[in-house]
Amino acid sequence: MNILSLFVAIPILMIASLFLSKGIKQIRAIMVIGASALLILAATLVVLFIKERAASPDAEMLFTSSISWFAPLHIAYSVGVDGISVAMIALASMIVFTGVFSSWNMSMAKEYFLWYCLLSLGVFGFFISIDLFTMFMFYEIALIPMYLLIGLWGTGKKEYSAMKLTLMLMGGSAFLLVGIIGIYYTSGHTSMNLLDIANHLHIPYEHQCWIFPVTFLGFGVLGALFPFHTWSPDGHASAPTAVSMLHAGVLMKLGGYGCFRVAIYLMPEAAHELGWIFLILTGISVVYGAFSAVVQTDLKYINAYSSVSHCGLVLFAILMLNQTAMTGAVLQMLSHGLMTALFFALIGLIYGRTHTRDIREMGGLMKIMPFASVCYVLAGLASLGLPGLSGFVAEMTIFVGSFQNNDTFHRVLTIIACCSIVITAVYILRTVGKILYGPVQDEHHLHLTDAAWYERVSAVGLIVVIAAIGMYPSGVSDLISKSVVPIIEKLANI
Amino acid sequence: MEYSLFILIVPFFLFLVLGLLGMKMKPKAAGIIGTAGMGLCAICASAVAYQYFFQTGMVGEEWQHLVPVNFEWLRFTESLHIDLGILLDPISVMMLVVITTVSLMVHIYSLGYMHGETGFQRYYALLSLFSFSMLGLVVATNIFQMYIFWELVGVSSYSLIGFYYTKPSAVAASKKAFIVTRFADLGFLIGILLLSFYTKTFDFGLLTADNAGLVTTSMAGGTFMGLSIATWALALIFMGGAGKSAMFPLHIWLPDAMEGPTPVSALIHAATMVVAGVFLVARLFPVYFFAAPDVLTLIAYVGTFTALFAAIIAITQTDIKRVLAFSTISQIAYMMVALGVSDYGGHDGLGYMASMFHLVTHAFFKALLFLGAGSVIHAVHSNEMSQMGNLRRYMPVTNITFAIACLAIAGIWPFSGFFSKDEILAAAFHSNPLIFWTLWAIAGLTAFYMWRLYYCIFWNSNKEYNEHHKPHESPLTMAVPLIILAIFSIFSGFIPFAGFISSDNVPFHTHIDLTVASLSIGAGVAGIAAATVLYLKKSDWTAEIAQSLGGLYRAALHKFYLDEIWMWVTQSVVFRYICIPIAWFDRHIIDGAMNGLAWATHRSAGSVKGLQSGQVQFYAWVFVAGSILIAVLVLFF
Repeated sequence: MNILSLFVAIPILMIASLFLSKGIKQIRAIMVIGASALLILAATLVVLFIKERAASPDAEMLFTSSISWFAPLHIAYSVGVDGISVAMIALASMIVFTGVFSSWNMSMAKEYFLWYCLLSLGVFGFFISIDLFTMFMFYEIALIPMYLLIGLWGTGKKEYSAMKLTLMLMGGSAFLLVGIIGIYYTSGHTSMNLLDIANHLHIPYEHQCWIFPVTFLGFGVLGALFPFHTWSPDGHASAPTAVSMLHAGVLMKLGGYGCFRVAIYLMPEAAHELGWIFLILTGISVVYGAFSAVVQTDLKYINAYSSVSHCGLVLFAILMLNQTAMTGAVLQMLSHGLMTALFFALIGLIYGRTHTRDIREMGGLMKIMPFASVCYVLAGLASLGLPGLSGFVAEMTIFVGSFQNNDTFHRVLTIIACCSIVITAVYILRTVGKILYGPVQDEHHLHLTDAAWYERVSAVGLIVVIAAIGMYPSGVSDLISKSVVPIIEKLANI
Repeated sequence: MEYSLFILIVPFFLFLVLGLLGMKMKPKAAGIIGTAGMGLCAICASAVAYQYFFQTGMVGEEWQHLVPVNFEWLRFTESLHIDLGILLDPISVMMLVVITTVSLMVHIYSLGYMHGETGFQRYYALLSLFSFSMLGLVVATNIFQMYIFWELVGVSSYSLIGFYYTKPSAVAASKKAFIVTRFADLGFLIGILLLSFYTKTFDFGLLTADNAGLVTTSMAGGTFMGLSIATWALALIFMGGAGKSAMFPLHIWLPDAMEGPTPVSALIHAATMVVAGVFLVARLFPVYFFAAPDVLTLIAYVGTFTALFAAIIAITQTDIKRVLAFSTISQIAYMMVALGVSDYGGHDGLGYMASMFHLVTHAFFKALLFLGAGSVIHAVHSNEMSQMGNLRRYMPVTNITFAIACLAIAGIWPFSGFFSKDEILAAAFHSNPLIFWTLWAIAGLTAFYMWRLYYCIFWNSNKEYNEHHKPHESPLTMAVPLIILAIFSIFSGFIPFAGFISSDNVPFHTHIDLTVASLSIGAGVAGIAAATVLYLKKSDWTAEIAQSLGGLYRAALHKFYLDEIWMWVTQSVVFRYICIPIAWFDRHIIDGAMNGLAWATHRSAGSVKGLQSGQVQFYAWVFVAGSILIAVLVLFF
């Protein structure tokens, strides 16, 4: 069996065993074992990938295999990975793993984890697929459980948020479906395989001009592209902790990854000609999200808007269409995924104890729960791009890469995007100063406990990875930048 | 000289150990480990300095750029990559010695000063982090490495200013410091992007080689808004330096930074971090000089204005740490001016040498002043001058060392400040009369406000202190660093600095210009004399003078309302007119449009759902009507 298929097989096995399980202990055991297996598998994949890459440096995708399942439309279960998907898979497995620990005490645990596993299944499936239809199918599999997870286990106005999130993302995927069908037919309806289409077929330019915007928009909605980002604040605010983690940490990356892998990879000419429209939108996202975050008072809203800003930077960098910026985009996806997951894990932890997320009702938590607070500060510092943590590496790669485009339009946008580093500092420090420092705001908070062991596992795990990328970036960066080359070559041949 | 790497590894390792395991240790153990590590670091730095200056550094009458360690950390493009490494040249070696020495003194001093504070281990962990970042900054081989450590320095400063994190004022001050310097760093970053785009390198060696030939050729021709690209890039880089080095109008964070523990103020906000901007300009000096001389002129004027501005404010302040903070701003501006007026090469590069010289002497005497102030605050538990006076009777060591530092900063021969300040004045004298006379006047003001401070703390009244809270001399751990720093403050002026540091790395000789020297001593003595008349004993004249100055005095007391102006810009303009409208727009327009879309869908669904009523008669009616309609259409068209 192909190693990649294991990423789909393990969640299926987990779902099957959850059906048979009895009692919370068994459920936890299944989840921990399954998530650890995924994590180990991801680590193995990274190692194997590097070895294999050295052996065959010219192959675009490795570990490819294909099983046809609907021949008339050339739909196949085709899998394969390059450095970017490997990085995404590693990210996803890390967050699935830590998410399990962050949802240790869920009510209706069995049902919850069933949907959780299905969600992971969709995410992993999406990253390993290189068949457009299969990719789309996994994409939908990842979206649907979100509705239930937020609608049933969420807080606040959860029904509204769940509905809004699902409908907006479904709206996006409708565009996507149109785009995929368009790609299939305009490229000569002989293949759904990404590599085939990119390397052997050609989509005529006049068709690219409508398919590119449609596909980019379809994925862009999931990547919180302005002005289609409003599902994100409400959705995050209502979702339970681990779902927020998975959502911001991985699901939003599906958007960036899809824009990259489908929209730009298959339609480089259109990307080159029409990219500027989206570049403006993403440029707006970056500063707009940051400015909006400054005035929010709910911890999750702050983070959701910060995600709009950071994910905007991902799409922004992808559209810069050069190797450095694109590498930076993938680094930013990794980095944002990890630190937002950390943020949401900690917000969940704080909310679980204080029962409020309003920053005006909290203060001086550093004294009460030092461990959680220090982790929160670290997450904040990563978010505002402190060297030594992953955010810095990603942002600097993006800025340096974007600046290599030698024309005023790109220059000005890059400088505007750079401004986000200041605004980010403002909202992060404001939050940190308000909730962690200062005098204790509420007497009832004084007897709250610090993080429990399972919460520590999830926080420490994420921090270690964030710091590892931050201190030794060249490993990850090389892995990614080599995989960006095929796209760059396509762009260069226009 | 690969062992110079230890200078970085040791503090980083200390930070990790103290940061992760500190809570499990006894406070005292953590303090001693931190101090011992810093001692090791200082020894390493001295060894490096000895080897560099007396054995390997000089080849053929020129100081070399040695790069014992350098490796690629992150690759951006074929030519652009961030390296981490160690660059040894006269200024970086000098900085290594200064930083490790002052840091060691502060480590020792803090054993006494911070004794019994909660978070003692955290304090030492952060001090180690700071030392690591500052040392990494000065040995940076390329501008991006400098930026990395620049940011790390910023965050350690943030954490240390906010050390007493339960105090709202400390939290606010730390936030302010970080955000103001971050804003400046934005300029720095854009400057780096511009510079590196044209030159295709971050490396200091390549940038400064051959009289910055790479920069001048690669950036030639480009203009933007009437100024050359090189001018823009270097002015933006200077903006970063101005933020860290508290140049007007980005100086507002430094006085507030005094909320941190006093030893931290001594180390970070007086002796080391705040001179990073000066160091940055010095590091890129050939680039500034050959590629963007306009920016150097700008630096000279900004520096002169800042120096004067801060000196005037310092006269009116009553919080002793704030007086020292403004004096720091003023003195750093002095260093900036020296760089701004400097020429290149040989004796013409006097300003460059003087700037670095003043950096060293200032580091010692200003650290001494702050530690002395800390000792006073430790004794009387207040920062306010009004709570002090007559302390010479209770604190002899502090009194004498503080007086030495005040003489040094006033520029009285033979104390160290005299030599360095004299060189700066001499450089200005040969460059620009306006700047020279302003600096000269500032020298007088400096002597005046420092001696005002000294008299108000140690003389002034015959104040009797409460029996139970009688001030007492500080413990040995605090007194010893004071004495050591006092010795440095006296003698460091005798170092033949021009033999070690020069703008083109070729040693030269200086001599004391008697005109300038007498003018400068004259100003110093006059300042001290005026302070003696007014403040040695309590007098009513001071109030009268303040009264007669009226508005000017009040404006200076309120720091010329710059805090208020900045507050207005950030609170009213940015917050109220940018952030709040954007958030409103998002909630009501963007999200409103989405909700509106959902509502419209809902409504239209509601209006057509009547058609699916389930009534067969209605369906039959529609069926018949539809058939007739189609039949008619087919027949007639």
